Amino acid sequence: MGKVKFGIVVFPGSNCDHDAQYVAGDMMGQDARFIWHKESSLGDIDVVILPGGFAYGDYLRCGAIARFSPIMKDVVTFARKGGTVLGICNGFQVLTEAGLLPGALLRNSSLRFVCKYVNIRVENCTTRFTSACSKGEVLEIPVAHGDGNYFADNDTVRRLVDNNQVIFKYCTREGDVTESSNPNGSLMNIAGIMNESGNVLGLMPHPERAADPLLGHTDGRKIFDSIVQGFTGIERTTETISMERR
Amino acid sequence: MRYKPVIKDEPFVTLELARLHGLTEEEFDKMVKSLGRVPTFTELGIFSVMWSEHCSYKNSIALLKTLPRSGDRLLVSAGEENAGLVDIGDGLAVAFKIESHNHPSAVEPYQGAATGVGGILRDIFSMGARPIAVLNSLRFGDLADKRVQYLFKNVVKGIADYGNSFGVPDVAGEIYFDKCYQGNPLVNAMAVGIVEHDKVALASSKGVGNSVMIVGSSTGKDGIHGATFASEEISEKSETKRPAVQVGDPFVEKLLLEATLEAISSGYVVGVQDMGAAGITCSTTEMSAKGRCGMQIDLDLVPLRESGMTSYEIMLSESQERMLFIVEKGYEGEVTKIFQKWDLHAVVIGSVVDTQSVQINMGNITVADVPAKVLVLGGDAPVYAREAKEPGYLAKTRTFDVDSVPIPRDFNDILLRLLGSPTIASKRWVYEQYDCMVRTNTVMDARGDAGIVRIKGTEKALAMKTDCNSRYVYLNPRRGAQIAVAEAARNVVCVGARPIAITNCLNFGNPYDPEIFWQFREAIKGISDACNVFGTPVTGGNVSFYNEDPTGAVYPTPVIGMLGLIEDQGKIIGSRFSSPGDVVIVFGKSHAEIGGSEYLFLQTGQIVGEPPAIDLESEKRLQTCVLELINQRLLVSAHDISEGGLAVALSESAFGENVNLGVTVGVGALTGARPDFDLFGEDQTRIIASARPSHVADILSMARSSDVPAVTIGSVTDLGRIEIAGLIDIGREEGEKKYEDSITSCVA
Repeated sequence: MGKVKFGIVVFPGSNCDHDAQYVAGDMMGQDARFIWHKESSLGDIDVVILPGGFAYGDYLRCGAIARFSPIMKDVVTFARKGGTVLGICNGFQVLTEAGLLPGALLRNSSLRFVCKYVNIRVENCTTRFTSACSKGEVLEIPVAHGDGNYFADNDTVRRLVDNNQVIFKYCTREGDVTESSNPNGSLMNIAGIMNESGNVLGLMPHPERAADPLLGHTDGRKIFDSIVQGFTGIERTTETISMERR
Repeated sequence: MRYKPVIKDEPFVTLELARLHGLTEEEFDKMVKSLGRVPTFTELGIFSVMWSEHCSYKNSIALLKTLPRSGDRLLVSAGEENAGLVDIGDGLAVAFKIESHNHPSAVEPYQGAATGVGGILRDIFSMGARPIAVLNSLRFGDLADKRVQYLFKNVVKGIADYGNSFGVPDVAGEIYFDKCYQGNPLVNAMAVGIVEHDKVALASSKGVGNSVMIVGSSTGKDGIHGATFASEEISEKSETKRPAVQVGDPFVEKLLLEATLEAISSGYVVGVQDMGAAGITCSTTEMSAKGRCGMQIDLDLVPLRESGMTSYEIMLSESQERMLFIVEKGYEGEVTKIFQKWDLHAVVIGSVVDTQSVQINMGNITVADVPAKVLVLGGDAPVYAREAKEPGYLAKTRTFDVDSVPIPRDFNDILLRLLGSPTIASKRWVYEQYDCMVRTNTVMDARGDAGIVRIKGTEKALAMKTDCNSRYVYLNPRRGAQIAVAEAARNVVCVGARPIAITNCLNFGNPYDPEIFWQFREAIKGISDACNVFGTPVTGGNVSFYNEDPTGAVYPTPVIGMLGLIEDQGKIIGSRFSSPGDVVIVFGKSHAEIGGSEYLFLQTGQIVGEPPAIDLESEKRLQTCVLELINQRLLVSAHDISEGGLAVALSESAFGENVNLGVTVGVGALTGARPDFDLFGEDQTRIIASARPSHVADILSMARSSDVPAVTIGSVTDLGRIEIAGLIDIGREEGEKKYEDSITSCVA
């Protein structure tokens, strides 16, 4: 098959839209286009990315207004039909507000914005978002958010765990899930979750920021690789990685 | 036309009223003479802000003009546009500028700091440049004080919330703590943007018949007289000036950015100016004066936040996130369409006329009609030469006998205390609240000697840093200012960048005090000295006077924002040691100087002595040599030696992810002077570097042939200890903990 078609939704206040486009388009050579939030249709695309940022300023609950943007109707339809949807940071918040993922992202327990590299453990590598990872693998990926404190009621959490929908947990460099490795107070150190059908992923860390060797870290690339491999069936080998390095 | 009070209840303008607006009798007379009549109340408001220190630079401009302001790379004249503009090749230019928001931050730290960031970002994107980085240079009082903690926390939060939401990485800066800033913190924000040469927008009005449009937010009652407020000292009454502080909305600013860049790209925009200080007043008059034309403005067309605003209020409002556009006649609709896409106003409020006057109408009455040239800097705005007198305190500070300081018994303890002093300690608590990575260009963040952002689509990157040790400037303004420039340049050199230009933010006390003005004059000389030697012209900046609280003026603080260019992203290096076995080298000569140092303050509680000497030619040689070594890939790391001296610099280089990394340094690091002076003296023109053993001979020989002192002093170890000449031996982890946790524990 040809290029995977990424559609990156641009809300007013999105500010990681270009970063996602740079990785999917410029670095990976896929087709990565922007979709203005006032559009009513996603058009012909394979993957929807809801990028990071502060949609509508996030003056109300994060993502609470963005979910009413015209494009969200089609995003919901796309997701219900099994389309691949990746919500990063603010995008994750929008997905929970839109009801595509359970739970909510509360204010960080420190009450401060936090921007730093964290370690996250891959809890489930049999998904279309993590197939290029191994189970228990620790990825070093940055977070940058003020409201990333994942919360859900007990039943929801139990369901998430039972169905292997918890995909990433904050952990130490060695992979231990500890309180001190949790940057925001998230329940059970949850950093990213998937919907029941496995086609919608939301995570607070920013994989698009850890994809370029020049910037020091490349673990985030694995999430984009997993998605692309799901469509092309081609695994990215060590050779191609070194060729891609500049 | 009527010039009597035009709106009910609007007062007659008298000398007393003018005085209340901050104008002097001399200025009142000048105003009346230039108009040929007594001004209207609205005109008085216009004159008072345009002739305020903040807008007119009336007490500083004569000296500012003595700064070196030309160079091959400069694309616009210093101070003429919204920001400086420097060519970096590949058809690209860098717009950059630093500005203060000290007074608003002193009374309303959160909004004061936030709108400081917002204002400087607008200066950058009003030129058509996309902001790619911001920096902050902050000064607070003693962090043990509750009020200082409140100011510190809220300034940081204000900067974070604005920059994070806007989506620009905060990559570098500096924070100092000293009692002199107790009631009057300094909040300086710098922004850097990139623009293609053919997309540059200038802040000039031209083309009679073209439309004047106001874009962005609507106009409200916030920030009225902000510029005048910034032109007086902080006092107990300042609390009542809180309404003069603007309120920021980073979300609207982000929309304004995208819409502005889109509009400029459309080709229909003739000129753009940010509405910062003095809002509509400043933008209409300055753009008209620059374009040698006039404007006719109808205030009834300005989108307002509340009804019943008077012409005076509309003209003086400093509501944020607004810009003035001059748009080619007939294409207003195209521009409006772009702004509508982003849910923003773009409204025609007047037109360009050939009268050279700015005429303001409201309700079918002309409320103001003033020749633009009369109001502006470079036109008829007042220019003063102030009296300067060497400050009395210098007689005392200069004669301090540094040898009277007792030699400490425990150097380990001194090092740990220095590492924990808030000025030296890690600013992690601060920079982790800033998004330093958004837009995925940040190669080096606030942990490095300088921030670095790469330029996508090229091999280039920009290094940037702000610097100023105001204690040195206080003790010797000329030398202190030279050091500020030198250190900023040294910092960008240490990461592999060539210093190309500066912007400056000159924070001083009341210029009517001859001793303060002497500090200012000497500091300007110092900046000139250094910029001439380094070939780094001044591209613009900002002067902030009246930084005083009831206990006195802040130390003179001329903050230097340095821009460095990296041609090859692959050659960037960091400040931290990398591998055990690497050799540690000190470039530059040690003199064991202790005046004005953090160590001396720690031991005596005083800011005394002569600041370290600096020879600018030696500094230039050192920087050229180290940059060449980096470009030849001979150095693994390079780190500027500054506050806390050699011992602190070595420790900082040893810190980082590898907990076993340490450093061992022999007696070669000592000059034979007092050991405490050797360890903690802040001698200038020194860089600590590490290199592979196989490269050392080449490095030393290159240094020799460049006439740069260089000596190997020890090596990087895997012992996890910092060992210096038998005087210091601490566990690296203990040192790093002190360094990393100090500020967190102060504010927790």
